[in-house]
Amino acid sequence: MSSPARSTRPPTGPRQLHPAAWWLWALGLGAAATRTTNPVILLLLAATAGYVVAARRGDAPWSRSYGAFLRLGLLVLGIRLVFAVLLGSPVPGTHVLFTLPELPLPAWAQGVRIGGRVTLEGLLSALYDGLRLATLLVCVGAANSLASPARLLRALPGALYEAGVAVVVAMTFAPNLVADVRRLRAARRLRGRNDRGVAAVLSVGLPVLEGALERSIALAAAMDTRGFGRTADVPRRLARVTAALTLAGLLGVCLAAYGLLTAGGAGWALPVLLLGLAAAFAGLLLGSRRSLRTRHRPDPWALPEWLTAGSGAAVAALVTWLASRDPAAFTPTVVPPTVPVLPLAVVPAVLLGLVPAFAAPTPPRRAS
Amino acid sequence: MITFEQVSVRYADSAEPVLRNVDLTVPEGELCLLVGPSGSGKSTLLGTVSGLVPHFTGGVLHGRVTVGGRDTREHRPRELADLVGTVGQDPLAQFVTDTVEDELAYGMESLGLPGDVMRRRVEETLDLLGLADLRDRALGALSGGQQQRVAIGSVLTVHPRVLVLDEPTSALDPGAAEEVLAVLQRLVHDLGTTVLMAEHRLERVVQYADRVLLLNPGAEPVLGEPAEVMAHSPVHPPVVALGRLAGWRPLPLSVRDARRKAAPLRAELDGRAPAAAGTPDGAPIAATDRLAVRRGPVQALRGVDLALRPGEITALMGRNGAGKSTLLGSLVGLHAPTSGSVTVGGRTPHRTRPAELIRHVGLVPQDPRDLLYGETVAAECAAADTDAGAAPGSCRALVERLLPGVADATHPRDLSEGQRLTLALAVVLTARPPLLLLDEPTRGLDYAAKARLVQILRSLAAEGHAVLLATHDVELAAELAHRTLILAEGEIVADGPTAEVVVSSPAFAPQVAKVLAPGPWLTVQQVAKALGA
Repeated sequence: MSSPARSTRPPTGPRQLHPAAWWLWALGLGAAATRTTNPVILLLLAATAGYVVAARRGDAPWSRSYGAFLRLGLLVLGIRLVFAVLLGSPVPGTHVLFTLPELPLPAWAQGVRIGGRVTLEGLLSALYDGLRLATLLVCVGAANSLASPARLLRALPGALYEAGVAVVVAMTFAPNLVADVRRLRAARRLRGRNDRGVAAVLSVGLPVLEGALERSIALAAAMDTRGFGRTADVPRRLARVTAALTLAGLLGVCLAAYGLLTAGGAGWALPVLLLGLAAAFAGLLLGSRRSLRTRHRPDPWALPEWLTAGSGAAVAALVTWLASRDPAAFTPTVVPPTVPVLPLAVVPAVLLGLVPAFAAPTPPRRAS
Repeated sequence: MITFEQVSVRYADSAEPVLRNVDLTVPEGELCLLVGPSGSGKSTLLGTVSGLVPHFTGGVLHGRVTVGGRDTREHRPRELADLVGTVGQDPLAQFVTDTVEDELAYGMESLGLPGDVMRRRVEETLDLLGLADLRDRALGALSGGQQQRVAIGSVLTVHPRVLVLDEPTSALDPGAAEEVLAVLQRLVHDLGTTVLMAEHRLERVVQYADRVLLLNPGAEPVLGEPAEVMAHSPVHPPVVALGRLAGWRPLPLSVRDARRKAAPLRAELDGRAPAAAGTPDGAPIAATDRLAVRRGPVQALRGVDLALRPGEITALMGRNGAGKSTLLGSLVGLHAPTSGSVTVGGRTPHRTRPAELIRHVGLVPQDPRDLLYGETVAAECAAADTDAGAAPGSCRALVERLLPGVADATHPRDLSEGQRLTLALAVVLTARPPLLLLDEPTRGLDYAAKARLVQILRSLAAEGHAVLLATHDVELAAELAHRTLILAEGEIVADGPTAEVVVSSPAFAPQVAKVLAPGPWLTVQQVAKALGA
């Protein structure tokens, strides 16, 4: 017998990195960001993610989502600051920057304040908090633009595949919905009605939903004619065992959740939780046997994937360890306000996150 | 390969069956073309072959449909997936993944084919359909013709023995349609695939058919040689109409066959010319001056100069994505110019209030349903009167004139494509705009609905409306337009009387012009009139 053609993509030359590697790397950077409020470290993390995106992003449509996530991060930061200015901050402070006219509120709204003193401490604390959230968003955005979530879902085990498809289809519907709303608002204008304002957007709601429904039915029909949902015949006993395992597993997880949340039951809850998870997982694995699906050219998991995922994990582990050793440097005090300093040991730790910019293969570029 | 035995289909909400007692056999390896007016059950017949009828659409199927020996009533569409491939009118609606290669592999993955087989077949299909350069491209970034070829490729990779296509070229410009038809041709010749295809635009496809199946509401379906069926078919392309007029036997179906028979006709017509339509020369009611529009990253229009006069029908043609819809949109103020200017009735459209603008210009969009919100025709008309500030009943009177005999209580969704278009047209005309724009009005219309549209637009032009229609339908432009504009990459590359612009163009010339070139004839009516005179 001749050797069969290789079914995974060859691990040399320009190719897409395994999507899971990108997500592990980005989650590592994100986990590191949650360990600190030091703005210098956060900016360093964001810059690291940004550099890797610039170096290894492809030219597919989802690659452009990085800019959107950056803007979203800035928006979150802005909202956090505006709230701190308008509603005040729980952080006690003495350095008053300016005082806004305070809105008198009735007695029942005690504890809520609109306007009033704005302190440096309050602003700084809001800035650090917002920056941490923004950095997290930037990390997710980096993963999103480096590997489309759809490709990540393709790597799911067989039993979860159909749920994965539902998610992918839902995600492709979002841009379609936006396009529909635009088209129908334009059509309102053609009827001589106003196309601006909330009322105009709301009035197209029903036709947009109708359109979405029609599109999903068309897609479902197309998927059915292309063999979606074909199942293999499995022995009835196996099917029964699968169902029993999954059901028992889910039941165990529910019981354990109840036990964990109510006081006193914590002793038995943890083992039950673990047992339940194990049973559900076994059910999933057995359930995958019903699926006939094969994968066309799955992405290989080779050295670049190990390096990428490893660098993310290393950043997370090192930053967490350093933060536990020197908490003061990682959470600079705002009362009284201090200039945040960059602990030198953190720089190489964070810069480890740059490894994929060199280790990951370049994505294939299309001649345009 | 496909046999129908006493097949009838009735949907739950209709009294009459859509199909009645269909009894026929489509042999293996043939390209069988399904023709018939709207509502004759073409899509339903195709659905019974892929198993979507009745498993997906509901309804009751009597009789038996077998494909390759499998009864489609007992097999769900997914169990027929290795045997029947289905491609619809809109390829984007059937794509499941996001790149070309993944889409080609999707069907095989569902069937559980081994990796090395998938790898080989993807490569073969990329070559067969000429898609090799596009393998990593995102599906949304492809042109219409490329998308349709990917859609065909994505069902071909599982090596189906039957391919079912529902209006595969309706949404495509003439060039892209030829791309797709060339691929189908190759499948039938090289792979022996049985192809069952429904299409309204017979002028594009009838010459490729081995057999034609004519569905006529209220009559027995007829399956036969294309030339024989076309000789009596109520729906037929212009080349067949010309052949019938000239009495050619056997009836030519392609321009080439007709041309070989046309020497005597050309000689007879020599020295005559169709009656020249008077070119209207009023003051322009709409004009653009070096109009440039950018839409996102795309420069959709670059420096378009255009003047539209009352009483003139202008056809706007060009590839998908050439900027036709953007030009129409700019004239109704949907897109602000990045440079240059647009004026309609002395106003700048994107700075004019919608309520005022509709008195100057009206647009019927590509999908007329976008314009219709009402639950009934009567409600729609009442809303149109309010929107336009017209006297109550104006819109209903227009509907009665353009679309006689539609009941007040009908839901717009239940109208046929042609009726819906006419209703949208009436809604737009309620505000009496002197300039009327139509975007791709003949998509999905059969020949009868098209003929009615031609009459309506002619009489509107005679009343002094200026009409601008964007279309891929060269036959419509030839029949209707005084003047034709061709757009390419956002620039006007040709602008002049229709006869002059289209006769010399290989893509945009109507069939009659191709047969009778170098004569200035565009339509069968012109020839008939000249012969009768």
